[in-house]
Amino acid sequence: MDKKRREFLKIVGISTLAGLGAPAVFDRLVSGSHPVQARASATGAQGGAGGQQAAAAGHSQAAAGTGKRYGMVIDVRKFKQYPDLARECVRVCHAVHNVPHFPDRKEEIKWIWQTPYTSAFTEHSHYYRDEDLEQNQVLVLCNHCDNPPCVRVCPTKATFRNEDGIVEMDYHRCIGCRFCMAGCPYGARSFNWRDPRQGLDMNNLNRQFPTRMRGVVEKCNFCVERLGRGQIPACVEATGNTGAMYFGDLNDPDSEIRRVLKENFTIQRKPSLGTLPSVFFII
Amino acid sequence: MYDSGKIIPGLIIFVLIITFPIWYNHGDAGEVPKLELPKDAKQCVQPVAEIRAKHMQLLNQWRDEVIRDDERAYFEVDGRMFQKTLQNTCMECHKSKVKFCDTCHDYTTVNPYCWDCHLAPVETE
Repeated sequence: MDKKRREFLKIVGISTLAGLGAPAVFDRLVSGSHPVQARASATGAQGGAGGQQAAAAGHSQAAAGTGKRYGMVIDVRKFKQYPDLARECVRVCHAVHNVPHFPDRKEEIKWIWQTPYTSAFTEHSHYYRDEDLEQNQVLVLCNHCDNPPCVRVCPTKATFRNEDGIVEMDYHRCIGCRFCMAGCPYGARSFNWRDPRQGLDMNNLNRQFPTRMRGVVEKCNFCVERLGRGQIPACVEATGNTGAMYFGDLNDPDSEIRRVLKENFTIQRKPSLGTLPSVFFII
Repeated sequence: MYDSGKIIPGLIIFVLIITFPIWYNHGDAGEVPKLELPKDAKQCVQPVAEIRAKHMQLLNQWRDEVIRDDERAYFEVDGRMFQKTLQNTCMECHKSKVKFCDTCHDYTTVNPYCWDCHLAPVETE
């Protein structure tokens, strides 16, 4: 075969142009045949890239679904006023949800617990704290973030954000990889190293609610099962009318929780991480 | 073949022993499990044939609807309202796991993991 140098270069040039131009043509053809799908994938890609923008904007796309976003306000001052109240909240929550008690802290399972101010609010200045914060602990629980890192890292979608903004666990799907525990900046998740029934009084259970099994991660579910029956979360119910805890829809401008948020200065835990917690604290 | 007088009868005896369960139980399905049905309820949430064949699919469907889709609304069967839950609806009528669930599950050697988490009713006897 006798190829001239000139002809060879021509073929190379045309091939290069075809190679560069083909994807564009192909994309146009594909998008022409499935306009909806193409647009969906395009916005999907945008959403992925703009996750941080969404966080900065202060609301996620998921929240727009039904418009509901459950949230909580915890008034730390009230818990100082009623010293046993926090312990009672923890007790009620753990009784209602059959949360086991293990004395070894490494095996501890907690849905709601007390922690020092310095651990709860690591981003806030701790120089010359007032005595109250020095001596009292803060009641904390899962923040049911609007931009939850645990949901993003879960490989089986066992943890997910439901339509009402509750970050929920589907224990049937949990494989116990503990990525969510690494992802959660609030330590709100506990792993069942042992059969949780070993840490429960089996004669004194809430028989309306299941336990968990060994090898799954568990956490607060904002009492989603109680909300379904028209009740408020157990911890909020335990505070009675002390005004120590408020629960409601953050997206409803007329709700009680929005009124409380409007009237008080509140802080969230580790706000700079962009997780957009739904639990607010009045200090 | 050397020692065929020993090998061939030996093989026949071996095959007979290995297949013993097959020919010994041939044509006999064993004792069919007897369920204890609830005394105070006549009607299940679905017709008997359907619930017998498809209760596992129904339970999975309930699970997905309740947890994933937050559809917890009660549903009505013959004027009675039911919740979509194994622990609180099924076991409300079928008061004994041992006398109901386990009889068939043992017979068919299936081990559903429901009870790893869900609480079975307290056995009265």
